Amino acid sequence: MSRISQCFEKLKADGQTALISYITAGDPEPWVTVPMLHALVDAGANILELGVPFSDPMSDGPVIQKACERALKNNVSIHNVLDMVRQFRERDTTTPIVLMGYTNPLEVMGYETFAQKAQEVGVDGVLTVDLPPEESEQFLPIMDKHKIDTIFLVAPTTTQERMAYIAEHAKGFIYYVSIKGVTGTAVLDVTEVENKTLQLKQITDLPIGVGFGIRNGQSAAAVSKIADAVVVGSTLVRCIEEHAENPEALPAAVAAILAEMRHAINASDMA
Amino acid sequence: MSEKIADYYDNYPDDKGHFGKYGGRFVGETLMEAIYALEEAYNHYKDDPEFQAEMDKDLADYVGRPSPLYHAENWSKKLGGAQIYLKREDLNHTGAHKVNNTIGQALLAKRMGKTRIIAETGAGQHGVATATVAARLGIECVVYMGAEDVQRQAQNVYRMKLLGAEVIPVESGSRTLKDALNEALRDWVTNVDNTFYIIGTVAGPHPYPEMVRDFQTIIGREARNQILKSAGKLPDALIACIGGGSNAIGLFHPFIADESVAMYGVEGGGHGIETGKHAAPLCAGSPGVLHGNRTYLMQDKNGQIIETHSVSAGLDYPGVGPEHALLKDIGRANYVSVTDDEALQAFHDLTRTEGIIPALESSHALAYATKLAPTMTPDQILLVNLSGRGDKDMHTVAALSGLNFEDQK
Ligand SMILES: Cc1ncc(COP(=O)(O)O)c(C=O)c1O
Repeated sequence: MSRISQCFEKLKADGQTALISYITAGDPEPWVTVPMLHALVDAGANILELGVPFSDPMSDGPVIQKACERALKNNVSIHNVLDMVRQFRERDTTTPIVLMGYTNPLEVMGYETFAQKAQEVGVDGVLTVDLPPEESEQFLPIMDKHKIDTIFLVAPTTTQERMAYIAEHAKGFIYYVSIKGVTGTAVLDVTEVENKTLQLKQITDLPIGVGFGIRNGQSAAAVSKIADAVVVGSTLVRCIEEHAENPEALPAAVAAILAEMRHAINASDMA
Repeated sequence: MSEKIADYYDNYPDDKGHFGKYGGRFVGETLMEAIYALEEAYNHYKDDPEFQAEMDKDLADYVGRPSPLYHAENWSKKLGGAQIYLKREDLNHTGAHKVNNTIGQALLAKRMGKTRIIAETGAGQHGVATATVAARLGIECVVYMGAEDVQRQAQNVYRMKLLGAEVIPVESGSRTLKDALNEALRDWVTNVDNTFYIIGTVAGPHPYPEMVRDFQTIIGREARNQILKSAGKLPDALIACIGGGSNAIGLFHPFIADESVAMYGVEGGGHGIETGKHAAPLCAGSPGVLHGNRTYLMQDKNGQIIETHSVSAGLDYPGVGPEHALLKDIGRANYVSVTDDEALQAFHDLTRTEGIIPALESSHALAYATKLAPTMTPDQILLVNLSGRGDKDMHTVAALSGLNFEDQK
């Protein structure tokens, strides 16, 4: 069983909702990424999404676009990101890590080379936002061979028929994009999220994570009542932007935000 | 006929939008239903006689088609080789080939019940052509344009505004066409229910490369008939400039099975390929995935897209339509580049010898003609796509000639 599946099983047994954090690797400076990841875990993150910076992040709003720009100014490549994972694993061998990003850096590295290296350093899953199952014919068996879970998105526009098609190809969990729009731009509609999550649950046994519109403890708590996992991204990245000139303060600053979310989710899990 | 070419029209694209290993549908999940819906609508209407009739009527009465095929005798004589024929897309309403495509997509948008149109633009010609059809439909139109292009194509920005479009300058990345495309895609994700995205070239996810090509093949279909009628034979070579590749594929596609016809796509060579400051992914790039399809890209060794340079805003793009990637790999078309300076020289030459002021984009095709024509004989025919007129480039050319436009008043 993959580290991601184990993580969900354990949380389920404990009656807890998973909290997933997203930060962009190398933002604002490469050295602070690994300390931030540890701080996020200490503050209650169960799974870590680590963004692979890309020059043309078409599915992201201004907050994550700027994070990519900051990281790319530091020349952070997919190779550097994999090194960060290796470094993180020196201290933490249990928290699952998902690399999130766009197809091209993986395509240029070569799917096989990437997967081999990713498995070796301890990556557990990969979410390529512009690689739908339709285009994954070569990608899927290679990731499978190297025991990397392929996580796919489901959107408000996804039909029921298509949900089944996506679920067939997904591993680890399914990521429900809770808004029509790019990351960090709108606030989610809880009723709509509930409807879609229920639809998904009829189709698949995979855990459902919800993300894209979660800003604070309140929305995190609301979503935790419905989903198996809550994903927090732009809110953390906005905090990173605010502290870009003072990166020493960042591990504590992002941890504080995540701790508030954790607290709100725990309270809602107990209720 | 070689086997690949014999089956070309049947095989490309396949039903997933692949041109060999290129093309496809590389977009975020939120847009998948939208591109399937578009594909379904397009496949339905392209064979619908009523749709075709409406389009033909618009192309004739509104755009002014067929565009003439002009024998540039002065210029042919001056270059001392092949007979040069110019396909006069510059005479279309709005001044370029772009309108052939926006007419078609606007008719689709109307039938699909969309109430809002968005577009990206580089030189502003596609933005103007989109704002034009939107004005006619009376629906909201938003055009994304790189902030740098807003500067260098100020006249077209004003034209779009006159036509009622909102022009949004894009400040991210290199502030040119690729960033405008990113921003238009972000808009589409956000407003997918009511919005139709009119892409201006043969790029983007399937079905755009196929659909835009089909709308633009009017260029090649007309040109083929016209040259057969006036010269009694097929041309020996075709030349067209390549930004995303829509005017080129529009000219080339109907000639692909005519294997005696050589094809040259001309990319923006900027300061020269060797300087790295250019916009020539087919000449100097490598395959990758961007803006919904797999194709040749200008990128670094880590798969990051790199900044392009061309004097011509319409060529300043790091990718290219996937069908050109295939035509390059199978060797059916040749891809070359000319520099900014060579294009400017051709701009002035055509203006003085034929009294036609070409767009800077089209001047790249003309510049390659000045190289190719002298290697050919006077009984041979070179057909060049004059994709647009140069009115929009007055400021740029004047500034490059050391003139301040404002001083001319
Ligand atoms: C006159 C003209 N020609 C050519 C182009 C390049 O586009 P494409 O390669 O799609 O024909 C443009 C784009 O703006 C243009 O305005």
